[in-house]
Amino acid sequence: MAKFKKADSMLEWFDQRLGVVNFAKVMMTEYWIPKNINFLWAMGVLLTMLFTMLLVSGIFLLMYYKPDVNMAFDSVNYTIMQEVAYGWLFRHIHAVGASVVFLIIYIHMFTGIYYGSYKKGREMIWISGMLLFMLFSAEGFSGYMLPWGQMSYWAAYVITEIFGGIPFIGDDLVVWIRGNFYVADATLTRFFMLHVLLIPLAILGAIVFHFYSLRFPHVNNEKGEFFDYEVEAEKYLAGDKKHSKVIPFWPVFLSKDVFVMGVFLIFFFYLVFFHYDFAMDPINFDKANGLKTPAHIYPEWYFLWSYEVLRGWFFEIAGISGKSLGLMAFGFANVIFLLIPWLDRSPTVKPANQRPFFKYWFWILMADLMVLTEFGKLPPTGPNAWVGFGASLTFLVLFLSLPFITKMEAKKAGRK
Amino acid sequence: MKEFKILAVILILVGITYYGIEPYAHSVMHPEVAPADFTFQDVKNVDTKLTGNAANGKTLVEANCIACHAIEAAGNPAVMSNADAAASYGVVPPDLSHAGRIYDANFLANFVFDPVSAMHLQHKYNAESGKQFPMPSYNWMAPQDIMDIVAYLQSIAVKVTDDKAGHKATFEAACGRCHNMQYAGIEATTPADNLKTYMGTVPPDLSQYIKSRGEHYLHSFVNDPQVLLKGTSMPRVGLTEKAQEEVIAYMEEIGDSKKAERNSLGLWVMAYMVVFAFLAYLWKRKIWEEVH
Ligand code: HEC
Ligand code: HEC
Ligand code: HEM
Repeated sequence: MAKFKKADSMLEWFDQRLGVVNFAKVMMTEYWIPKNINFLWAMGVLLTMLFTMLLVSGIFLLMYYKPDVNMAFDSVNYTIMQEVAYGWLFRHIHAVGASVVFLIIYIHMFTGIYYGSYKKGREMIWISGMLLFMLFSAEGFSGYMLPWGQMSYWAAYVITEIFGGIPFIGDDLVVWIRGNFYVADATLTRFFMLHVLLIPLAILGAIVFHFYSLRFPHVNNEKGEFFDYEVEAEKYLAGDKKHSKVIPFWPVFLSKDVFVMGVFLIFFFYLVFFHYDFAMDPINFDKANGLKTPAHIYPEWYFLWSYEVLRGWFFEIAGISGKSLGLMAFGFANVIFLLIPWLDRSPTVKPANQRPFFKYWFWILMADLMVLTEFGKLPPTGPNAWVGFGASLTFLVLFLSLPFITKMEAKKAGRK
Repeated sequence: MKEFKILAVILILVGITYYGIEPYAHSVMHPEVAPADFTFQDVKNVDTKLTGNAANGKTLVEANCIACHAIEAAGNPAVMSNADAAASYGVVPPDLSHAGRIYDANFLANFVFDPVSAMHLQHKYNAESGKQFPMPSYNWMAPQDIMDIVAYLQSIAVKVTDDKAGHKATFEAACGRCHNMQYAGIEATTPADNLKTYMGTVPPDLSQYIKSRGEHYLHSFVNDPQVLLKGTSMPRVGLTEKAQEEVIAYMEEIGDSKKAERNSLGLWVMAYMVVFAFLAYLWKRKIWEEVH
């Protein structure tokens, strides 16, 4: 065993045992981030903070929540909201946080797409990010069921029903997921387990993996510039901070993130205290009733675009029913973002606006997703159904044409 | 500057999307309805300009009403238990101690004259359905007599304070024969089984309806249920605007009891975050000065 000399300070004591000095260097003070980044690069830290808030508020809710169809609604709306001191605050933080986390995830994702941060060595960052997106979606869906209100019940009913469209195994699959022939106590209890144990564990793992995947390729920057990190880091450490292209994670990068966090939190707490309806649908304050279908059933806002891709196909084409077509389109929509690093065939890493064709592709995609989101909420009747179909078709065409568009772009760049 | 541009783009995209899925979608799914009418102009069988004589009203009420209705405030107890009353009439006739205060005078007079048309329940009680409303119409009475009854009920009406206890009394008098309010420990005076037979459905527990429906909806719904739920069996109860406000205030006191705490704490937390963001900005500037 190594010889230990008596430590002169607490830091040294810990350093002898845990190597904290080196650890802090590797993780913080000599973890290098490019200097030319804007506040969009603070979204990752915002997400980390939001996840922490969700975790902490969730633990408090867990102390009083009862996962039983006869007790769930009142345990939330009476015990937590009205009896427990500040229970309402934890619920509001949790519900608003769960909704806003998706806003930030979408900003984070589309920042990645805009700056091309998913290619040339950053593929694993992208994959792990999409894994987080999928896990968060599952977390959001399972959590929404827990208060056992009307929308909890009917959204769960409609979404689990979607799996029934899968050929051959569909019907059995629905029963397997629900644990019953309809959405019932067994469904609530298993989604409770998923929501408070299995998915959060997976998310924690995926966050660690996501961070790890950032280490070798490093984060991208505003210009998509590649440079030698070691040279730039040496410059920085030698004191030429102004000319170095990098900054350390702590304190320089984080000082900016903390400021962004502060501004974000003003907005966030405004929503928590004064404007929470968008995250806590009023209909969900009616207790679940399997015999009374609400007039309008819609999922949470962050699922609306993919829900509309599903709903857009409402008529038969070439002998395939609208329902099956919708299901195929829905499946496509849910995996296609994962494949972006391979659909984008241009090697250029640049902001979208500096890429001759991709820029149109990007902004049309944004517009299309907004249309899908909007019409995913409106009743799918009359002209709305056709807008939904058009937007859903546009979505497919956009992704199917991406390889060709980017290939053309690469050729054009090669000619220059 | 560039960062402000990026922020502006994000705010615009998020703003448009928010507008579409919240206020706009809401207006499509819940179109505006006719404004609430607290004078109940549509029923005018009784000339409400006549001045009532409370003394004569007392005689009329004692002769016609207290066989079914308790009026505790005037010393007339219920003649039957709630269970028996519900079995006889379908629903427990409400105690009339508050009637003169909570019901609009025009509504009340016309209700006594013809309950079904005042309550907007013609779709349920008509020649075709053969159903009979449990309370008789007093359309044979002279308008003056009806106004005397109204004057009497007003003269004995219990006064309540403008606080939670007062709001509760109004709620119980107006809605208590049909609705539970579990979070306040209030159970409808009529047993659920009777209500199911009488109304076709068990009226919902109202504990959380201030949240699920909101004040705006309740404002028109309670004034006239048919406007928002065409064909519903819930009657128009005919409350004055003030009584209706008390009922809705009570629903909020029970259903959203932490509202005041939320609003005051909210301001403090936001003020704290403003200070936090400002200090964070100063810190950021100091640190970034070295690298720019
Ligand atoms: C045969 C029994 C019976 C008699 C007699 C009777 N009522 Fe009623 N009354 C009822 C019942 C039952 C209800 C509740 C009906 C319902 O809610 O559907 C009722 C309801 C009422 C209401 C509440 C109306 C509202 O808007 O909620 C008032 C006020 C009222 N009666 C006044 C009177 C007066 C005044 C008389 C005498 C002139 C009278 N009633 C005689 C049975 C009776
Ligand atoms: C005579 C019985 C009766 C009385 C009195 C009554 N209600 Fe109702 N109420 C009902 C019934 C029955 C329903 C269910 C209606 C339906 O689903 O069609 C209902 C439904 C409601 C609803 C739900 C509406 C919706 O959107 O689903 C509210 C809110 C409500 N009542 C409030 C009140 C209030 C407030 C009062 C007192 C001022 C009151 N009710 C008095 C019978 C009554
Ligand atoms: C809660 C979930 C998530 C957390 C906590 C998280 C956290 C982070 C952090 C801290 C960073 C580094 C700083 C930054 O560039 O913002 C980062 C970068 C990145 N993340 Fe995420 N992220 C999450 C979800 C996602 C999702 C859903 C995607 C999209 C598929 C994604 C894709 C990326 C990409 C591409 C980068 C690199 C950005 C660049 O190189 O410029 N992340 N993430």
